[in-house]
Amino acid sequence: MQQLSLLLTSLPDGILLGFVYGVAAMGLTLIWGVMDVINLSHGPIISLGMFGTFFLFIKMGINPYLGLIPIAVLGLLLGVAIYFIAVNRVIDAPHLSSLLATFSVNMIIIGIATAALTTSPYNVDFNMGSFDLGFTTILGTRLIAAVISILVTGGLYFFLYRTRPGKYIRAVTNNRAAAELMGVPSTQILALSFGLGTMLAAISGALIATFFPFSILSGAGYELKSFVIGVLGGLGNPVGALFGGLILGVLEGAIPAFMETSWVPVIEFGLFVVILLVRPNGLFGAKE
Amino acid sequence: MKNWRKHLGIILPLLAVAALALWPTLTDSISNRESAFTILKAIALASSLNILLGYTGYVSFGHIVFYGFGGYVGLYFLNEQGWSIWASLLVAGLSSGILAFLLGKAILRLRGAYFALATIGVNEAVKAFINNFDLFGGPIGMTLNFKVYKEYGGAAEALSMAFYIMAGLALAAIVLSYLVRVSKFGLGLLAIRENEDAAEVMGVVAPDAKTWAYVLSAIIPGMVGVLFFFKNGNVEPHGAFPLHASIELLVMVMLGGQGTVLGPILGAFAYQGMRGYLVTSDFFKDIQLSVSGAILLIIVLFIPAGAVGWLRHRFEPLRRILP
Repeated sequence: MQQLSLLLTSLPDGILLGFVYGVAAMGLTLIWGVMDVINLSHGPIISLGMFGTFFLFIKMGINPYLGLIPIAVLGLLLGVAIYFIAVNRVIDAPHLSSLLATFSVNMIIIGIATAALTTSPYNVDFNMGSFDLGFTTILGTRLIAAVISILVTGGLYFFLYRTRPGKYIRAVTNNRAAAELMGVPSTQILALSFGLGTMLAAISGALIATFFPFSILSGAGYELKSFVIGVLGGLGNPVGALFGGLILGVLEGAIPAFMETSWVPVIEFGLFVVILLVRPNGLFGAKE
Repeated sequence: MKNWRKHLGIILPLLAVAALALWPTLTDSISNRESAFTILKAIALASSLNILLGYTGYVSFGHIVFYGFGGYVGLYFLNEQGWSIWASLLVAGLSSGILAFLLGKAILRLRGAYFALATIGVNEAVKAFINNFDLFGGPIGMTLNFKVYKEYGGAAEALSMAFYIMAGLALAAIVLSYLVRVSKFGLGLLAIRENEDAAEVMGVVAPDAKTWAYVLSAIIPGMVGVLFFFKNGNVEPHGAFPLHASIELLVMVMLGGQGTVLGPILGAFAYQGMRGYLVTSDFFKDIQLSVSGAILLIIVLFIPAGAVGWLRHRFEPLRRILP
């Protein structure tokens, strides 16, 4: 009985968080799907999104949700820049090259940001109230973040399936050589996809910053979560990532009711390896 | 040794390590010994990783898991069960090897980036597990009982001994790497690297070969782990499984030239030297990570074969003496 009440308290929070994690993972898995690149600069970009909220809200007084728009635009531009500087040359090279190229971007961002912002934790003191469900209390910031996450996913879905650039992205995902033969400007499309991926990372970071304290290094943890979610939902399947995030959120909400919280990562990463082995296309993907 | 010319390639790497081992003794300086220890550790780890990464072409992003796991097991027997450092080294290498064997059976089926992701997952899972494992001290880890040092003639003697053992491990890693490189087994690994399916058609039993390459690349890191924790006096989960150290190893192998015996050694020298310089320089110390990142990016983009690979490509006669 006690477990049930614990479950009821922590599960809704986990679910709401799961949607936000899903947006971060969507960025990672979009890039993976389109160009077979694991973006190891994902974590620092999530952190930059967090600091985006911090500077826009604390220093300039802009509402954090309104601030998402400039953060998204900057995230997109940053991603396009990273693509042309670091990824374009190694796009057809073995995996090690693109992994190390994006990791070097990670080091560059962390190095500069550490010098400028130090690694001490920051906090955005932002309150949207809370409401009582009887068995648990839900924070307004988390509910709004979850709703925005769902909207962002919807927007991405619309973009990929209803617009011409989206169609190009899907064509390049499917078969880059064939898409090029059909006249799709593949380099621009790859750059755009990378930009969209980093944009999603920045948005999720900006949302997380409204309810958790953060430092420049906290992105790394969300990057690892994004790997797990991406594999759960199927690498290269952006919309699946939202469901993957939901599963991870449920796990994070449910496990503490049955065992110590410190076991959560054991189960998460164990599950991650098992799913990679058994269903490399994700829980919803086609079987090999 | 009538045909010593055939083995020219091992001489340069061995000389480099021997020089490194003698340097602190000759200059009689503790701080030199610390620098040499760090470089030897990097050489041992990078050369081991090279067996899997350079020869077999599988990118292990979480290779540090063997260092942490072997180190933990070894230190447990050393500290809690009172085994000698030699027995602990053996059990550390053995346990890392067994872990690699079991893991290899499972995750080496994955190719390319899926394998890389799985190794990250394994590293994080093992770290999180040890964090909860009370026998190994959970999140606090284990602190070495200082009585252990007494058996080896006090702390100063023990540390100096640890240095020579590390030199021995670095030598062992290089010899192992060389033996694999020139053996028929190594040729099979190179074939897998170039084209796994074609290699199987040619009679390379890829699953077995890959698993043994994984095991060979895991044993010495386990021993390095226990030696490092022995010298350090304690171990805790975050220090034992640092993901960024895995990536530093990849960088070293890449810098020097993957798939060559000398490459990881050069890479370890260059990387540790560069880091040492950047961390201490007034101008760069705040942004040393960015500078390292920028250098790495330039190498990845423009010299992907690494220093040794580039030399071999440019100067044909060198191919004989730079395996």
